[in-house]
Amino acid sequence: MLYIKCPHCGWRSQNEFSYGGDATVKRPELGKEVTDQEWDNFVYNRKSLKGKHWELWQHLSGCRQWIKVERDTATHEIFNTLKASEEIS
Amino acid sequence: MKTQSFRLENVGLINRNKKLSFKFNGKFYYGYEGDTLASALIANGVHLVGRSFKYHRPRGFFGAGVDEPYAIVQLYRNGETEPNIKATEQELFEGLEATSVNCWPSVNFDIGAINNFLKIFLPAGFYYKTFMWPKSFWFKVYEPFIRKAAGLGVASIKHDKERYEHKYEYCDLLIAGSGPSGLASAYAAAKNGAKVILAEDKSRFGGTLLTSEVNIGNKSGKDWAEGIINELREMPNVTVKNRSQVFGYYDHNMLVMSERISDHLPETKKFHPKQRLWYIRAKEVLISSGSIERPIVFGNNDTPGVMLSSAAKEYLKVYGVLVGRNPLIFTNNDSGYETAIEFKKNGVEPIILDTRKNPQSEIVDEAKNLGINIKFSHVVVAAQGYKKVKSADIASISDDKEQLGNIKNIKCDCICVSGFWTPTIHLASQSGNKTKFNEDIDAFVPGTSKQNEKTLGAANGVYTLDETLKSSFNTGYELSKQITNNDNKVSFPNVVEKKSSVHDKFWCVPLPKGKNYKRFLDFQNDVAVSDIEIALKEGYRSIEHVKRYTTLGMATDQGKTSNLNGLQLVSKIENKVVPNVGHTTFRPPYTPVSIGAIVGREIGKHSKPTRKSPMHLWHEKNNAVFVDAGVWLRPRYYKRGNENLFEGSKREAKNVRKNVGVCDVTTLGKIDIKGPDAAELLNRVYTNSWLKLPVGKARYGVMLREDGIVMDDGTTTRISENHYHMTTTTAQAANVLSHLEYYLQLVWPELNVNVVSTTEQWAGAAIAGPKSRDLLQKLFPNSDLSNEGLPFMGYTEGDLFGVKARIFRISFSGELAYEVNVESDNGNFMWEKVMEVGQEFKIQPYGTEALSTLRIEMGHVAGSELDGRTIPYDNSLEGLLSKKKDFIGKRSLSRKAFMAEDRQKVVGVVPLDKKTSIPEGSHLVKDSNAPLPNPKLGYISASCWSVEHDNPFSLAILKDGKKMIGEKLFVMSPLKNKIIPVEIVSSHYVDPKGERVRS
Repeated sequence: MLYIKCPHCGWRSQNEFSYGGDATVKRPELGKEVTDQEWDNFVYNRKSLKGKHWELWQHLSGCRQWIKVERDTATHEIFNTLKASEEIS
Repeated sequence: MKTQSFRLENVGLINRNKKLSFKFNGKFYYGYEGDTLASALIANGVHLVGRSFKYHRPRGFFGAGVDEPYAIVQLYRNGETEPNIKATEQELFEGLEATSVNCWPSVNFDIGAINNFLKIFLPAGFYYKTFMWPKSFWFKVYEPFIRKAAGLGVASIKHDKERYEHKYEYCDLLIAGSGPSGLASAYAAAKNGAKVILAEDKSRFGGTLLTSEVNIGNKSGKDWAEGIINELREMPNVTVKNRSQVFGYYDHNMLVMSERISDHLPETKKFHPKQRLWYIRAKEVLISSGSIERPIVFGNNDTPGVMLSSAAKEYLKVYGVLVGRNPLIFTNNDSGYETAIEFKKNGVEPIILDTRKNPQSEIVDEAKNLGINIKFSHVVVAAQGYKKVKSADIASISDDKEQLGNIKNIKCDCICVSGFWTPTIHLASQSGNKTKFNEDIDAFVPGTSKQNEKTLGAANGVYTLDETLKSSFNTGYELSKQITNNDNKVSFPNVVEKKSSVHDKFWCVPLPKGKNYKRFLDFQNDVAVSDIEIALKEGYRSIEHVKRYTTLGMATDQGKTSNLNGLQLVSKIENKVVPNVGHTTFRPPYTPVSIGAIVGREIGKHSKPTRKSPMHLWHEKNNAVFVDAGVWLRPRYYKRGNENLFEGSKREAKNVRKNVGVCDVTTLGKIDIKGPDAAELLNRVYTNSWLKLPVGKARYGVMLREDGIVMDDGTTTRISENHYHMTTTTAQAANVLSHLEYYLQLVWPELNVNVVSTTEQWAGAAIAGPKSRDLLQKLFPNSDLSNEGLPFMGYTEGDLFGVKARIFRISFSGELAYEVNVESDNGNFMWEKVMEVGQEFKIQPYGTEALSTLRIEMGHVAGSELDGRTIPYDNSLEGLLSKKKDFIGKRSLSRKAFMAEDRQKVVGVVPLDKKTSIPEGSHLVKDSNAPLPNPKLGYISASCWSVEHDNPFSLAILKDGKKMIGEKLFVMSPLKNKIIPVEIVSSHYVDPKGERVRS
C-alpha cells in the first residue's frame, strides 16, 4: 500500500486516496475551437509511461483536495507531491 | 503399546506436568503441552502422515517448522475443520483431532498410490500433455478426476463462526524473526528509545539459540535469549509477538503479519479473535528470518524417516523426542555433526556419512572424541523401505563426486540430511531487493536495499554467531540513533561458539549403474530430477518456464526446501552458473494465510456500510421489504397481507396515480453550492443554461463526462442569490461531488464557489399524486401552495408544525408532486405527520418498485438508461443541450458516431398480447427466426406493469429508435427462454404532454 504525503494533511495511506489519471493533461479552454485531434488528445490519448509520471490523486477520505503526485509507475516510488494550485516544474 | 516411546526423559522445553490427549486418523495418543502435532506424533512413533500429491507415495515429516513440505493435515477444532495445516506448526491442545489428506481410503492403504507404479506415464508437463484431447473429455472425464485427485484437504462449507481482526500499526523498527540477530538488533534499538515490533512465527522466541550449543555473556544461548525477551517485554516502547508471521513486504515499507492468537487453544476465548492481521508501516525493517537447511538429493529421498538434520535436532532438544533409534546422518558440512552429537549424548549411536574427504574443525574433533562412527567420502545412494526407512544403500564416492564405490546396505530407521543452509530471503526479495549469488554458501543473499530494509545474520548468509550478534547490535543501534537521536549503546556480550570448517558443494548423489531411483527435488509437488531433465530436453530454458511446466516450487511450501537444488540441477545440465539461471520470483505470502484473516471483520453485513434513512424504523414497523440501493437500504414495497412484490408495487403505484403517495427520497445525493460564481459553475457543468434561473426556482439538468456520455441528472434549486441546492441520483452522489471538486480545484480555480455534500443532512419525502396539493396545504396552512403561489419547478420554505421545511415542486412520477426536505433529525416527525394528515386523502407509502413503475411508464430516463454508454440524444434529452454556451463534454457530441442519423434512442415497448412481461436485458430483433448471430437492434433497459394501461410496458434503447415507432419487432431472451412479439411505441406512455405535473 502506497504512502502518500498529502500537501495539506501529511503522510497518509493509499486507501484514503482515489486515483485521477495524468496530471499534465490540460483541458482546452471553454468556448475555444479545437480540432478533433486536439480534443482526442485531451479526452483519450495517454502515454501510459513506464517511469516517472505526474498524476492526480484525490484525498477522498481526508481533506478532499485533488493533489499532484510524481510517481514511478514501475517501482511505485513517489518523488514529489504538490497542491492542485502548484505548477509542475 | 507403550505411549510416547520415543520421548526422552529430562530433555526438551515441553511441560511434562501437563499431559494432553489427541486423535490422529481416529487413534488416541498422548503428548505434552508445548508439543507440536508433529513432535507428539513422532514421540508416539508415528511417521506416516500423508500421501504425496502426484504419486501418492507415503509421506512423513521432513522439517520441524514453516518449511515442512509433507506433514499437511486436516484439523478439527471446536466443531470446525480446516485444511492445509502443517503438523510441524500446529501446537498440541487437549482434544485436538487431525486426519491425513490426499489419501483414500486410508493413509496405510491408498488407492491413488497406483500412480506411483504408473509414474512412467506421469512425467513433467503431464497435465498439459494428457488432458488436451479429446477436447470433450475435459469437462466429463479429466476435470472431475483431477478435482478428486488434487488438493490437500477439504475446506469447510459451514459459516466460520470465528472472529478475525485487522490492526494497523506504525513503528520505527519492525524486526522479523527472534533468533540471535533479531534479539540483538531489537535489544540495541529498544534500549536506544526506538519503537520496536519484534515478531516470531513460532511459539518460542530464540530461533537457533534454543538448539545450539553456544554461550553468550556466560549464559547458554537459550538462557540469554530468555533474558533478552523478558527485558524487551517489560519495555513500553517494544511490542513482542510470538505466533506471528511477517508474510508480506509491500510498497513503501508496509508489511503484513498474521498473528495466530487462538489456533493453539482448544477453543477461542470469549471476546478474542482467532487470528489478527497486522498492517505495519515501519520506518526501518530488519529481516532476521534465519535460514532453512538444504536437503541433499539421493534415491528415494522422500521416504518417511528421511528428514532435515536440523529438524531431528530440534525434535530432540526442544521436544525431547527421538526421530529414530538408529539414525544415519548424511551431511556435506558441520551441521550434521551437531545433530549426531546430540543423539550420542542421549544414548543413541548415530552413523555419520560425510561427503567431505578430510574435514578439520572443532566439532568434527568432538564427534571423533565421542567415538561416533564417521565415514568420510561417503554418500547415501538410496533409502530403502516403503512406509518408513528400514535401511540405506551407501557407497564411497570419488573425489570428483562422479564415481560411486561398492554399494553396501546398512540398517537405519532414519536418515538426517544436511546439505548446508539456504538463507530465507523471501521478505527481502519481496521488498524489491535484487538478490545476489554468494559462492561461499551456494545460495542467494539480499543485494542492495531497495526499501528501508536490512537483512541480518543467517538470512544474510552470515553463519557465525559472533559476527551475527555484532552486526545486529550495531545495526539496531545505528538505525535507532538516526530515528530517535538518542545515543545509548548497550555493551556487547562475550560469545563462545565452535568454529566450523567449510562445506562441500555437493548436492546430488549420482544414480548407480542400472538403477532408476526417483530422486526428488520438490517433495510437496513430487518433482524429481528426471522431470527437470525432461523439461530441459523439451526445450524449456527460462527457470520461470521450467517452474511452471514441472510445478517445481509451486506447492504451498513455495519451494522452501527445493528451489536451490532445482537451480543447481538446471545450471548443471545447461552448463551455466547458478546466478545466470536466476531464481523464480518470491511473492507474498511467505506461508499460507487463512482467508478469514485476510477478510477480517468485513464479512456479511459488515462487508460494506449500511446507510439507513431517518425514517428507517417507521418503514420497518410498517412491513417494508428492503432492497440494497448502493450502500443504502430502501423500502422496495410495503407488504400488506400475503401480497407479493408485483401486487404490492402495483397497488402503491395505482394509489399515486389515483390519490396520493409518499416515498422516502432521503437517499438522493444532495450537494450544497455557495459562492458568487455558483451559477457560472452550474452553467459549465450542466448542458442547459443556468445563468438566468431566478431565486426560488428549480431546474432539471443533465451533466456529461468530457467524452459526451451522460454522467448524471437531477434538479438544482436556487435557494438564495449565491446559494444553490443540487440533487444527484443515489448511485452517482459521491462521483458528482468529486467531479465538481475536480473542476473547481484543478480546471477553474478562479471560480469562487464552495461545494459540500449535504446528503445526510436532509431527510426527503416525495409526495405525489392528484391529491398531493390538498395534502401539502394541510401540512403547511400558512404557505400559499396554489398553482400560482408555487408553480411547477417552484421552491419555497414552510413551517411544518414548528419544523422548518424546504418545499420543492418537482416530480419524478409524472404526477402533480412535491418534495419536502427537513433536517435529518426531524425526518421521522415529518414522515409521521405526512401519514397522519394524509389519512383523509387515502395516502399510502410507496417503495422503489412503484417509483420505478411510475417513472418508466412516464418515459423518464434513470440509471438503467443513463448507464455510462448513452449520450443525451439516446435518452431524448437533446432538447437540454444549449447551443449558445460551452459545457463539459460538448465538444465530444460533434463526433461522427454521436451525430449518426440512425443513432439509438429510447423508445417504449409493449407486448402484442398485452400480457407477457418483458425481461430486462432482453434483446430486440427484427426476425426471431434469423440465423445466429441474430442482428441486435437494441435492448430492454427497464420493464414494469403499466398501472395506467394495465399491461406490461418497457423502455428500450433501440437503433434508429426515432423512426421505429409503430414497428413490430421481437424481444428475445435466451436466458429466460422467451420470444415475445412487441410493438415499438413512444417512451412517453402516460401523459405525453406532461400536463399533470403542471396542473
